Amino acid sequence: MIEIKELYKSFGKQQVLKGVNLVINEGEVTAVIGRSGGGKSVLLKHIVGLLKPDSGSIFINGEDITKLKGAKLDKIRADIGVVFQGGALFDSMTVYDNVAFPLTEKTKLNKKEIHEKVMKALSDVGLQGMEYKYPAELSGGMRKRVALARALIGNPKTILFDEPTTGLDPILVRSIHKLIRNTQKLYGFTGLIISHEIPEIFEIADRVAMLHDGRIVEVGTPEEIQKSENLIVKNFIIGIDNGGKL
Amino acid sequence: MINIVRFIGGFSLNFLSFLGKMFVFLFEFIYYIFIPPFKFKNFLRQVRFFGNKSMIVVIFTGAFSGMVLALQGFYALNKFGAEALLGPVVALSLIRELGPVLCALMVTGRAGSAVTAEIGIMRITEQIDALTVMAVNPMKYVVVPNILAGLLTFPLLTAIFDIVGIYGGYMVSVHALGLSEGTYFSQMELYVDMGDIRIGLYKSLSFGLLVTWICTFMGYNSGYGARGVSRATTNAVVLSSVVILIWDYMLGAFLL
Repeated sequence: MIEIKELYKSFGKQQVLKGVNLVINEGEVTAVIGRSGGGKSVLLKHIVGLLKPDSGSIFINGEDITKLKGAKLDKIRADIGVVFQGGALFDSMTVYDNVAFPLTEKTKLNKKEIHEKVMKALSDVGLQGMEYKYPAELSGGMRKRVALARALIGNPKTILFDEPTTGLDPILVRSIHKLIRNTQKLYGFTGLIISHEIPEIFEIADRVAMLHDGRIVEVGTPEEIQKSENLIVKNFIIGIDNGGKL
Repeated sequence: MINIVRFIGGFSLNFLSFLGKMFVFLFEFIYYIFIPPFKFKNFLRQVRFFGNKSMIVVIFTGAFSGMVLALQGFYALNKFGAEALLGPVVALSLIRELGPVLCALMVTGRAGSAVTAEIGIMRITEQIDALTVMAVNPMKYVVVPNILAGLLTFPLLTAIFDIVGIYGGYMVSVHALGLSEGTYFSQMELYVDMGDIRIGLYKSLSFGLLVTWICTFMGYNSGYGARGVSRATTNAVVLSSVVILIWDYMLGAFLL
């Protein structure tokens, strides 16, 4: 379980997170929705310790990771996979090497064992036969799949998705969402998806949290969120700008 | 008046903050050299990148530097009837000064800029963040191999530069200007000692550190977008070149 308590973060004079409180339940897919530039990615980067908050805590399995650094933080990170917005694939490596990277760097598995795991991960994301291509030779959707395979390969307990469908066409958006859902069932990880794909995100999330103006303004099941009476949530779902306030 | 003071104050603060960040980066590099595991494969790849791939440009620059030194040196020495000293003039100029400096400037342009751009792109495309979240330290994985490769390859490239330059000078002196082969090399043997070679070695070693330190730092702290990377690359090349020349003078004055 991941528990975020009163998280504050500013960049210079701009306050991005203004007291975020959120619980991400184990084995569930939680989606954080909200407008672009609203601090969703900043929140995700705090969960893996890429950013340190000004104040507040993030408890992962009872340990406050905002207080950790070095080897202790790395130990927590070993159980977390991240799918970055652009994939963050190493462009000097092939698809195979990208997916194998967490294993070659952090485990003592032999080449045969790594090969088996890579081929399985690639097959799980529907990328058989693509292992010797370079990221630059792949389409946007394929790159996201490779990033997912790389996140899955270490069998982490949690996977964080930073806008995994940005820049994809509606058919690919559904296909990536379906892939996330299927792999979540297969691997049983806890998922956190940062997204503004409305209404597609409601199909794959167990719970949805709305981040607005640096705070979580509503959390609930997709049905509850869709029926929410909160004006901010309502307007966001139907895509209306509330006098510049939303 | 207040504006001038404010400008000087702001500039000084920014400069000190920049220097501070650079030295923290250097200390981190030194710390991570001793933390296992050592990324030997990355180190070898960077040795190949800095060393092997810079060879052609170093050979060309070395050859023509030696040739032009011989040509101009002959013209000047001829006025005093001291053409016999052409060998030592070419060799000392190359070994003590031009070899380390020109070689460092050429490698900065060819490889240093590429290293900054590559690390900068890794930064803006979140590849550095990806390394961090996979619990792979980017300083160890990216920066340490680059700086160590610079420390190894700069002296070797400088040695190649010097040798090719001396032979370039030989070709012009002996085959174009009619100086005897024996005079060119025997006088060189007489005037060039180990101290001169040591100065060249110290210079190339320090340039190797300075160039790779500046270039990796600039890439690592690159701004966002294509403009951020292009600015980081330009700054890395300009700063490296200026620092090479300043450090060359300081080291020269200290070691003379």
